[in-house]
Amino acid sequence: MLNQLTISKLAAKLASREASAREAVQSCLDQMARVDGKIHAFISCDPADALAQADAADKLLSNGGNGASRPLLGIPIAIKDVLAVKDQPLNCASKILGQFISPYDATAVEKLKAAGAIVFGRCNMDEFAMGSSTENSAFGVTRNPWDVERIPGGSSGGSAAAVAADECLASLGSDTGGSIRQPAALCGCVGLKPTYGRVSRYGLVAFASSLDQIGPFTKNVSDAATLLGVLSGADPRDSTSVPEPVPNYAAALNGNIKGLKLGLPKEYMIGGLDAEVKAAVDAAVKKFQELGAEIVEISLPHTDYAVATYYIIATAEASANLARFDGIRYGLRVDGNDPAELYSKTRGAGFGDEVKRRIILGTYVLSSGYYDAYYLRAQKVRTLIRNDFLKAYETVDAIITPTTPTAAFKIGEKSDDPLQMYLSDIFTISCNLAGICGISIPCGFTKSPKLPIGLQLLGRPFGEETLLKIAGTFEQNTLWHKDRPVI
Amino acid sequence: MADAEIDIRYVAHLARIALTPDEEKKIAGQLGGILGYIEKLKELDVAGVEPTAHAVPMVNVTRADEIRPSLPHADALRNAPRQANGLFMVPKIVE
Repeated sequence: MLNQLTISKLAAKLASREASAREAVQSCLDQMARVDGKIHAFISCDPADALAQADAADKLLSNGGNGASRPLLGIPIAIKDVLAVKDQPLNCASKILGQFISPYDATAVEKLKAAGAIVFGRCNMDEFAMGSSTENSAFGVTRNPWDVERIPGGSSGGSAAAVAADECLASLGSDTGGSIRQPAALCGCVGLKPTYGRVSRYGLVAFASSLDQIGPFTKNVSDAATLLGVLSGADPRDSTSVPEPVPNYAAALNGNIKGLKLGLPKEYMIGGLDAEVKAAVDAAVKKFQELGAEIVEISLPHTDYAVATYYIIATAEASANLARFDGIRYGLRVDGNDPAELYSKTRGAGFGDEVKRRIILGTYVLSSGYYDAYYLRAQKVRTLIRNDFLKAYETVDAIITPTTPTAAFKIGEKSDDPLQMYLSDIFTISCNLAGICGISIPCGFTKSPKLPIGLQLLGRPFGEETLLKIAGTFEQNTLWHKDRPVI
Repeated sequence: MADAEIDIRYVAHLARIALTPDEEKKIAGQLGGILGYIEKLKELDVAGVEPTAHAVPMVNVTRADEIRPSLPHADALRNAPRQANGLFMVPKIVE
C-alpha cells in the first residue's frame, strides 16, 4: 500500500516508475474513505484537485523531472487548516471564516509545490490553533488512531492523526506551545518544530506571532529532514524569517553520536509524570548511553514558570492578531446598527469558547493598569527561561525530556478545565518561549491500552542538524516508529 | 491563593466580543482560576531583567522602497461578506 510508505520509499518507487503519483494519491484517498469516518483527521478534501496535481506530477516523472530540484515530486502531503492554499478553503477550524477561500499560497505551501509535492486536504485542529486536544474545533473532534476514545493531541491533531492513520505520507502543522510535538507524541509519529525564524510564517494565520512556527509531521526522522530542507529559508514576506544558510539536513543523519552530550533537566521529573512514560524515557536515555552519548544532569530553573508565562504572552499576542476577524473584509458577518455592534455580534457568534477565553485573557493582561504586572513581567520571565536554555547549551548539545507527562487522555476528560488542559503542555512550551528547535519521536508504548509515548529532544537555535542526527540515530537503533495502529 | 477579580463585561467590551450572560459567568470563573495560577510569576525577582519580545537575532528588518506585486483588487474582495462598487460595505458610521 503506497499510502503506508515513507517519503523516501515512495520517491524511489515513483522514480523507478514502479508506481505512479496518481496511484499514490488514490491510495491515500482510499485510506481516507476507509478510516476517516472514525478518525476525522480532515475537515475537507478536494480529490479532483489532488488527482489533477498527481497527473501533472506523473507527466514530469515520465520526463525524468524528479531529482534534487524536486525532492517531493508526486508525494501527497496534507495541510493543517491554518495555512493558506490558493483556491482552497481556509477555516482555522472556526465558524468565523465562513466560506473563506485563500487568494494565495503560504510560503511553506508554495515551497512544497515547487518541490513537486501534491498538496491536499485540510487537517482538523483546535480552533485558531488554541488547544491541546483538537476538541476545540467547530468541525467536530479528531480521534486518536490508536484508540478512538482518546484525543490525538493538539492543536495539530488532524495533521498527526492523518500521518499515523496513513491517510497521507506526511503533513504540515504549526507549533506555538507544542502543537506539533505533543500530537506527534500522542499519535506515534515524528513531529519537528523548527527554530523560530527558520521557516517563513507568511500565509500562516497568526495565533501568537513571536512563538508560532510551521513544521512537518512524518513517519520517520529522515523524512522530517527532507521536509525541513524544503521548508527552510529566509522569505522577504516574513521579516522574522532569518537569513541563516540552509544545510543539507538529510546528510546530517550519519548515525554517529559518540561523544555528544545530552542534558537531562531535573525539573522535568515532576510528580504528574506517568510511570510508563518515565520508564520509556529512562530506557531511551540508556539507549543513548549505549550509542555513545554522554548523559549530563542539567538544571532549567525557571521551568515551573513557563506555562504561566506562555499563557500571558500567547493570549496577549492572540488578542491583537485575532482583531482582524471582525466581519468586515471576509468571513462571517452578523449585522449590527453600527460597526462596533457588528464586530461584537460577529465575534460573539463566530468564535468558540476557548478562543473567546484566550482573547479576553489577552485583552485583560494588556489593558491599562495591568500591562506591567502581567505582560511586561511575563516578557522578563521569558528572558530568564531563554537564558536557562542558552546556559545549558554551553555544556550540552541537546536536551532530552518526555514530550508529554502522560499518553493520550480520553475525549472530554479535560475539556471543561482549561487550566488542566494548559498544564498538559508543560514540557513543550519552554521551547517556543526560548525560540529554540525541538522534535518528538516515538520511544515506546503504554501497555493497556497500547498508546504511543514520545521522546522530546530540544536543540540550540538553528541546531536542527544536530537534533536530526541524534533523533535519527535513536530511530535507526529502535523499532518504535515501525508500529502502526489497527483501525 | 485567592482567585483574581476580572470585570468580564468591561474586558469583553474592549475585545469586541458579545457574550451571553451564561458565557460571562462561565468565562469569568475560568479566568479567575487561570489568573490565580498566573500570579505565581510574582514570586520571581525580575529587577534588572530585560524583557524578551521575540527570540530572533535581528532588529529593524527593512526592504528596498520599491513597488512590488500585491494582492489584485478582485482577490482582496473575493471573500467580502458584502461589497459594492469595488469596496467593502459596512454599516453607516457618520450620520
